[in-house]
Amino acid sequence: MVLLCVIYPLIVAFAGGFSKGKGGGEKITTNGKVVGYALLGQSFTKPEYFWGRPSAVDYNAAGSAGSNKGPSNSDYLQQVSDRIDTLLKYNPTIKKADIPADMVTASGSGLDPNISEQGAIIQIKRIAVARQLDEKTVAELVVKNTQGPLLGLFGPTSVNVLKLNLALDELKK
Amino acid sequence: MNTELLGIIATYGLTLVIAIPLGKYLAKVFAGEKVWTDFLKPIESGIYKLSGINPKEEMNWKQHMKALLTINLVWLVYGFFVLIYQDKLPLNPDGNPGMTPDLSFNTIISFVVNCNLQHYSGESGVTYLTQHFVLMFLQFVSAATGIAAAVVFFKAFRDKTSTQLGNFWEFFIKSITRLLLPLSLVMAIILAFNGTPSSYEGKDQFISVQGDTVNVSRGPAAGFIAIKHLGTNGGGWFGVNSSHPLENPNYITNIVELIAQVIIPIAMVIAFGIFIRRRKLAWVIFGVMTIGMLLLLIPTVSSELGGNPAIAKMGISQATGAMEGKEVRFGPAISGYWSTVTTIISTGSVNSMHDSTMPLTGLWQLLGMMINSFYGGCGVGVLNYFIYLILAVFISGLMVGRTPEFLGHKVEAREVKIAALITLLSPFLILSGTAIASYVFTTHGEAAWAVQPKNWLNNPGFHGFSEMLYEMTSSNANNGSGFEGLGDNNIFWNVATGFVLLLGRFLPIIGPVAIAGLLGSKKYIPESAGTLKTDTMTFALMTFAVIIVLNALSYFPALALGPLAEYFTMLK
Repeated sequence: MVLLCVIYPLIVAFAGGFSKGKGGGEKITTNGKVVGYALLGQSFTKPEYFWGRPSAVDYNAAGSAGSNKGPSNSDYLQQVSDRIDTLLKYNPTIKKADIPADMVTASGSGLDPNISEQGAIIQIKRIAVARQLDEKTVAELVVKNTQGPLLGLFGPTSVNVLKLNLALDELKK
Repeated sequence: MNTELLGIIATYGLTLVIAIPLGKYLAKVFAGEKVWTDFLKPIESGIYKLSGINPKEEMNWKQHMKALLTINLVWLVYGFFVLIYQDKLPLNPDGNPGMTPDLSFNTIISFVVNCNLQHYSGESGVTYLTQHFVLMFLQFVSAATGIAAAVVFFKAFRDKTSTQLGNFWEFFIKSITRLLLPLSLVMAIILAFNGTPSSYEGKDQFISVQGDTVNVSRGPAAGFIAIKHLGTNGGGWFGVNSSHPLENPNYITNIVELIAQVIIPIAMVIAFGIFIRRRKLAWVIFGVMTIGMLLLLIPTVSSELGGNPAIAKMGISQATGAMEGKEVRFGPAISGYWSTVTTIISTGSVNSMHDSTMPLTGLWQLLGMMINSFYGGCGVGVLNYFIYLILAVFISGLMVGRTPEFLGHKVEAREVKIAALITLLSPFLILSGTAIASYVFTTHGEAAWAVQPKNWLNNPGFHGFSEMLYEMTSSNANNGSGFEGLGDNNIFWNVATGFVLLLGRFLPIIGPVAIAGLLGSKKYIPESAGTLKTDTMTFALMTFAVIIVLNALSYFPALALGPLAEYFTMLK
């Protein structure tokens, strides 16, 4: 028991101390202030920021949860349809068929830090207008912050919303 | 071939590359042959001395089971009280409360039986002390219990006739020192370097970019997550298990966690063949299991990639597939693969919310847990499969009109009776459990419990029924995943699933070990032309047919009411 409950976790804690976040999770700071954890999504609702995915717990990092809605639940489908309307309202130039599924469905953890590349692309126009930036500049930023598949071979493509938004804020200066 | 599917193939390929040598290594360890980890011997003899165990003492199958049950009972009592009083014990930086007795009853059983059904949420329901000293401790020892039981079973078939089946404590301790602990250590460090927290710091607080105050739960999770997968336990540090970004930070850790949960179950099959010197039999068993897995995997991945038809109707592009309850960094394909392996093996960890998967995916998940032996849990997978094997031997014996035998031992009435009882146990527990739950839900909706029965279900209609069926199935299979929409933290579910868990764990361990013990003590009959060979293609097909027919007969009506009914309504 001593071996399993004391020695083992202490070795792991010791080794973890050498990792990026010193074992407490990797933090992101701007101007000396912690503004978030690299791995945890946070809520973005203002038009000048890229939005993340809908979250069943409103990005509460002390109480993760998914929606657990079944695929045929009519309340849930109404919710999805409302989210589509909201997206269309704030991004008037896009068409329904442009919206990827991840932007209108809640993630499993409620803390998903990523959106799909397409999820970012549909927001470019809105952000360019809100920030009075050239659309091309914003698009370049999206490409720069897109993480391809592992080794270019395995898995999906994703965009870290927090890092992308911080990069946007950097542009202004 | 897209990158998401390539990811699945790479993961499975890597799994085999690790699992096969591991199987060979395990066979040597348990046979007492020389292996490179022998430098750990002093630690083991230290443990034997401290606890007054003589590892040379030979036990028969009854003594083995007595040792197993005694130690499990000790853990139950110990953990039950620690969980209730956790608020008064140290290492509780977040100030979380103690558990209610019914929740503690359920939690402790569920961790002792290697199930890890969680009716609490990791962030608020337990403390760092109980996470480590109760839950993680049990993740190690419950996995080791399963492995030790399987080794006893191996031992019964190694020699021609034998009642001397080695020492339970030796198998148990070696499973930890030679297998679980070293692998966990490596894996925990990989996780820690990819961003999983490992320090003892409590909750953190920061102001987000938009000015919201956010609290972040953390804690020494890396070591916990490693053993939860290697030991096919599956209980998460955080409430949402491995879909939490700190518990499973990126695609690499996702692959590592996927590999970790499959290697020991596969290695045990390989080890069985080497240990009893019948490698061909092991490959045949492995083949049947793999085909079974593929039959569940392929439709799962295809239904997830297809997306939700109801959302498709709204005109949304589901280029990558169904995304509700899934994480962008994994995507639907590998999430589908995860949902298959976690249900066929009794892990029960999740990286997406099963409640939100497509109806047919739910069907395959349920079926995977009902069969529970396509690879299966740490050690117990082989034992579950053995029951099907004995039935297949018996039925084929009847078909050709010969006395059924397995590996040179006659299979007689007593063994078949045990096998039949164990086979009937699962449908009995699952179906009667679900029936009682449905009855309470419909007639006693107002009962004054922590969650009123009328508020149990998060989804209406057929899907709601599936939530209850899933909970019972998961308990019986000692799986631990759930359709988490179910309001399960109340006295009914805590107590009902507690009993299902206990019966669903220990009887299916005792049964096969008893059969093996009985067979092993019988006179050995040399193989002749008249012997039914158990390592042929024909016999593999026979076993497969027995598995499918038995499960289809037992569960089809229940599955038709749940996922199938939902599927057909959505087609409209």
